[in-house]
Amino acid sequence: MLNNCFLLAEQINEVAEVTQGSQLPLALALTIFVLAIFVGFEIITKVPPTLHTPLMSGSNAISGITIVGAIIAAGAGHSGLATLLGTIAVVLATINVVGGFLVTNRMLHMFKRKS
Amino acid sequence: MDRGTVITLAYLLASVLFILGIKGLTHPRTAVRGNLLGALGMLIAIVATLIHWSIIEYHWIILGLVVGAVIGAVLALKVKMTAMPQMVALLNGFGGGASVLVAGAELTRTPPAPYSDALIATYASAVIGAVTFWGSLLAFAKLEEYRAFRQPIRYPLLQPINAVLGLLALALCVIGIGQPQYIGLYWGVVAIASVLGLTLVNPIGGADMPVVIALLNSYSGLAAAATGFVLGNAVLIISGSSVGASGIILTNIMCKAMNRSMTNVLFGVLQADEGAAKQDDVYRNVKGAAAEEIAMLFDTARRVVIVPGYGMAVAQAQHAVRDLYQLLESRGIEVLFGIHPVAGRMPGHMNVLLAEAEIPYDKLKELDEINSILSETDVAIVLGANDVVNPLAKTDPKSPIAGMPIIEVDKAKTVVVIKRSLSPGFANIPNPLFAADNTLMFFADGKRAVLDLIAAIKES
Repeated sequence: MLNNCFLLAEQINEVAEVTQGSQLPLALALTIFVLAIFVGFEIITKVPPTLHTPLMSGSNAISGITIVGAIIAAGAGHSGLATLLGTIAVVLATINVVGGFLVTNRMLHMFKRKS
Repeated sequence: MDRGTVITLAYLLASVLFILGIKGLTHPRTAVRGNLLGALGMLIAIVATLIHWSIIEYHWIILGLVVGAVIGAVLALKVKMTAMPQMVALLNGFGGGASVLVAGAELTRTPPAPYSDALIATYASAVIGAVTFWGSLLAFAKLEEYRAFRQPIRYPLLQPINAVLGLLALALCVIGIGQPQYIGLYWGVVAIASVLGLTLVNPIGGADMPVVIALLNSYSGLAAAATGFVLGNAVLIISGSSVGASGIILTNIMCKAMNRSMTNVLFGVLQADEGAAKQDDVYRNVKGAAAEEIAMLFDTARRVVIVPGYGMAVAQAQHAVRDLYQLLESRGIEVLFGIHPVAGRMPGHMNVLLAEAEIPYDKLKELDEINSILSETDVAIVLGANDVVNPLAKTDPKSPIAGMPIIEVDKAKTVVVIKRSLSPGFANIPNPLFAADNTLMFFADGKRAVLDLIAAIKES
C-alpha cells in the first residue's frame, strides 16, 4: 500500500514536469493532494509519545515549504506591493523553516543523549 | 535538460525527502535522520527556486532569508524547553501567515481568471492561513500566560458569532472568486478569517491546549497545500497535505486520551455538573504531610512512580525531579514515570522536559503500561497533575471528564500529591484522590517540594 502510493506520487510528479511546474491542471493537482494525504496517513502508524513534540515541530518546518512561493513573489519584481508581501512572506517562512528544523534537532539530541 | 525540468526534478527529490523525513520522525531510532532529511529537502527546494526564470532581482529575497534565518535560529537555540508549546504555536502561525501573503502577492502579480481553480485556492489560502496565523498567535499568548489572555474573553452567542463570521467570509470568497480584479475583497476575507481565528481559539485553554496545538499544526500544512494549488506547485501540495495528515493523527491521539470528540473540544464548554459533590464535602478528610514524614516512606519502598503534569513545567521542577530520581535509584529503589498523553500543554510536553533533565527514555511509561504496574507500587508521587489522575473519570458517569483514561495512582500503596493548594484543575471539579485514605498532600511549589524531599531523604 505504502509503496504503491509512493510510486504513484512519483509518477504523477513526473507527469507534472511536462507542464513545466508552472500551472498544474486541477485534476492532477487534486490527485496529488489526495494521494499525499494517503501517504501521510500510511507512513504515520504509531507515534511514541516521546516523539509527539518533535513530529509536530519537524513536520511544521516542512510545511514552511511555502517559502518556495514566497521567494518567487519577492524576486519577480512585479510591483512594490507584491515584492513587499513576498519579502515579509520570505521572513515568516524562513523563521518557520530554520526555527522548526533547528529546535527539532535540539530536542532530538536531548532524547538521544542517554538512551 | 532545460531549467524547468531541473527545477521540477529538484522539487520531486525534495518531496521524496519530506515524506521520508516525516516517516523518520515517527520512530525513535530514525528521528534525527528524518529531521535532517526534511531539512535537506528544504534546502534543495530553496536552491531550485532561486534559479527560477521569473526571478529578476535577488536583494529582497536575500534580505528576507537572512532576517528570517537569524530570527529562527535565535528562537530555536534560546527557547527554554518549558516554553516549547509556545514555540511550536508560534512556528505554526508563521507558516499560515506566509501562505496568506504568498497567495495575496500572486493575486496582485498574476490575477487568475474568474472562477478558476487557482483563484479558489487563493481564497482557501486566505481563510486557512489567516485562521492559522491568528489562532496560533492567540494560543501563543495564552501559553505565555500574558495577563490579558489568562482567561478567555467572555461574550454571549459565541457559536452563532463564529457561524456568522464563517458565512460572511464564505460569501466574500464567492464574490471574490468571480471578481479577481477586486483585490480588496481578498484582504477583506483575510480580515474576517483573522477575527475567526481569534474567536475560535479564544474559549479553549488549559488541558485542551494539546488538541489545539496539534490541530493548528495540521492547518499550517493545509495552508501550504492550498498555496500549492495557487502556484500549481506539486511540492507544496505533497508536503502540505502530508503535514496536514500528521497533524490530524496527533489531534486524534489527543482527543482519544481525553475521551472527547474533536467537536466537543473545539466547540463544547466543560462544565461541572450541578449535582456534583461540593468541594468542601470531598475534601473533609484531606491529610497534609511534611517532607520528613514523606521521606520515611522511601525507607521501605521498592518501587516509586512519579506522575508529572503541567505543574512540573510551571515550577521548572524537571531538574529537581532528576536529582530525586537519581537519589532514589542510588538507594536501590526502582523509579518509573507515568506520562499521560495530555499532561502538559502540548503533545509530548512531559517527555521533552524529562529528556531535557536527562532522565532515561526507558523510564517513561505510557498510560496502559504504568496502570498495570501501579498496584505493585509503594509510593506514587503526583507532581502538578490533577485531572489526569482524578478517579471521578471512572466512577462518576456525569462528570465532565467521565470516561477519560486516567493514571490510576490510587492503586498504589501510598500516594503523595505535591500541589500548591486544593484548587481544581482545568476541568474545574474536585478530585477525591486528594482525600483518599492512602493519600498524603504535600502543599508546596513543585520544585521547592522536591528539593525539600531530597534534603529530608538524605537526612533520614
